[in-house]
Amino acid sequence: MTIKIFVPIDAAALSVGAERVAQAIGHESRRRKLDVTVIRNGSRGLFWLEPLVEVEKDGVRLAYGPVGTQDVPGLFDAGFLTGGAHPLALGPTEEIDYLKRQERLTFARCGIIDPLSLDDYRAHGGWAGLQKALALAPADIVEHMVQSGLRGRGGAGFPTGIKWRTVANAPSDQKYVVCNADEGDSGTFADRMLMEGDPFSLIEGMAIAALAVEASQGYVYIRSEYPHAFRTFAQAIEIATKAGIIGDRIMGKAHAFHLEARLGAGAYICGEETSLLESLEGKRGLIRFKPPLPAIEGLFGKPTIVNNLVSLATVPVIFEKGWEHYRDFGMGRSRGTLPIQLAGNIRQGGLIERAFGITLRELIEDYGQGTATGRPFRAVQVGGPLGAYFPESLLDTPLDYEAFAAVKGMVGHGGVVVFDDTADLAEQARFAMEFCAIESCGKCTPCRIGSTRGVEVITRIINDEERAKNLVLLDDLCQLMLDGSLCALGGLTPYPVLSALQHFPEDFDRPAASAARAAE
Amino acid sequence: MTTRSASSHQIRSFDPVLAGDIIQELKHLPGATLPILHALQDRFGYVDRAAIPLIAEALNLSKAEIHGVVTFYHEFREQPPGAHIVKLCRAESCQSMGCRELETHVETRLRLKMGGKATLEAVYCLGNCALSPAVMIDGELHGRVDPARFDDLMAECGL
Repeated sequence: MTIKIFVPIDAAALSVGAERVAQAIGHESRRRKLDVTVIRNGSRGLFWLEPLVEVEKDGVRLAYGPVGTQDVPGLFDAGFLTGGAHPLALGPTEEIDYLKRQERLTFARCGIIDPLSLDDYRAHGGWAGLQKALALAPADIVEHMVQSGLRGRGGAGFPTGIKWRTVANAPSDQKYVVCNADEGDSGTFADRMLMEGDPFSLIEGMAIAALAVEASQGYVYIRSEYPHAFRTFAQAIEIATKAGIIGDRIMGKAHAFHLEARLGAGAYICGEETSLLESLEGKRGLIRFKPPLPAIEGLFGKPTIVNNLVSLATVPVIFEKGWEHYRDFGMGRSRGTLPIQLAGNIRQGGLIERAFGITLRELIEDYGQGTATGRPFRAVQVGGPLGAYFPESLLDTPLDYEAFAAVKGMVGHGGVVVFDDTADLAEQARFAMEFCAIESCGKCTPCRIGSTRGVEVITRIINDEERAKNLVLLDDLCQLMLDGSLCALGGLTPYPVLSALQHFPEDFDRPAASAARAAE
Repeated sequence: MTTRSASSHQIRSFDPVLAGDIIQELKHLPGATLPILHALQDRFGYVDRAAIPLIAEALNLSKAEIHGVVTFYHEFREQPPGAHIVKLCRAESCQSMGCRELETHVETRLRLKMGGKATLEAVYCLGNCALSPAVMIDGELHGRVDPARFDDLMAECGL
């Protein structure tokens, strides 16, 4: 009987040698004349264990990792095809604590199936949500989404169902569904993992959205830094179209839905929905004034759903298992689960999908097992380059949109970047302004000019030039950017700056700090 | 694994006839500017200035508008790149794992040893943040890149 071996084809797994491991396993099994099939799955999201190789034995998948090419002959010698003992053996994959203690709804299939196999997708519950949606009236699909409580996973946290309702109620001969896969936040990789590990879930979610608002065309805007995800997703569209799931009809129903993947071109601002629409229209990614909302006048002036990839890929499970099932996860007004991406200086980085409410401490200390360097923890930035830096004293904050807002932070797209005690928070604050200056679209003055002035002012503070005066100026500049910027880039860049100032003031006063050390 | 055509170049000089064919093939797309620019850069490694009037005419837009798009996006190059393209992540997650030091090493190495054989580009996040620092070389992603590993990767490129 053929033995199944799984070696991920996720870009992160490939980045640490999964391709060569797959080749070595193929080579070794041929040499030993063994009947083996190597299946290329997505990643389970346990990145410190990549390349994570799995062997299926009696229907149970056993994990080995991290596997290097030099380990492969030894694994065969140890009889890993029948679950033989080996120093890299991790036992049944599903029993690995990190994975076992998750609540995977959006990522239920990721890392398990062959990403481009329709049979695998169907066998693991794929298309069940779309089948249910096909039997509903458009207005009922929208209500289902409203009831689920799903809020946009891109960062703003706007209720997805309400957005859909607005588009559904906007009369037009043409409507669009646009997926924002311009995942630019440092510390995030959930969109990439899904496109590479379970692309059909996004296609299914977008097809349901199309039914809900009666849209016939969809676009997925994928950042150019993700060439691998772009290729996989483009293939998935082709396969789903050929199979008649989307295209001129959605699974046989007289409702056309054509889908196209488009490549961004290295502009962080295009993750802002109106910039993204400008870019899709072939223009510079300048943000638009709102109103009108994209739901009323979006792509090419037509009513458009613009949703984050994780939001759209969560839609199928909401229909498959029912909105009550989804809503029953989470806390307060943050319903469902959040795919958290644990990154940066962390021993066990990866994807952790959990109901809202998990604390930063549990993530960093329990799942992450502390820093990768083994040095003491110093700071964590949550929510990408526009998110706040938190010290140890705020680690008991639960991941919840409102709880984070209360401590002047944001959950964003769920990226958690850990820093050890070598981090210089004044340098990080300066970088926040520098990044804003590099990525500003230039439309509004607070962001365009303010960011450059911000770099200069922070540099003067670091150099101890009229420090007290410049601290007042920086605070004033941050207030202006907060209040006067047109979009979240200029409007939230002060978050990392002000939080660094508030929680790590000593980093902004190095002459004093070094004098204090000298006095000791 | 196949790499993206832009990477495994093919340094070929700009050819207006070939560029014209590419533009004709894609101009029907709604919002065709970015797909056309990507296709040109994939083929030639950069977007030649001479392509701008061709695109403008095909899309019935002004040359200024096309030039504006080319210069807005960090991804588009206006000059031919070196034989290898090194994209180094400078964003926060990689900073937390020492990418500032890596950047210094890479800059020194590229300047001292490689002449024009490699082009270094800064990027802000490659989506490999649990395996920082990350580098992309000719379209291939690499994780946990320290100076020694970077040198090995360059050696694999024959540099």
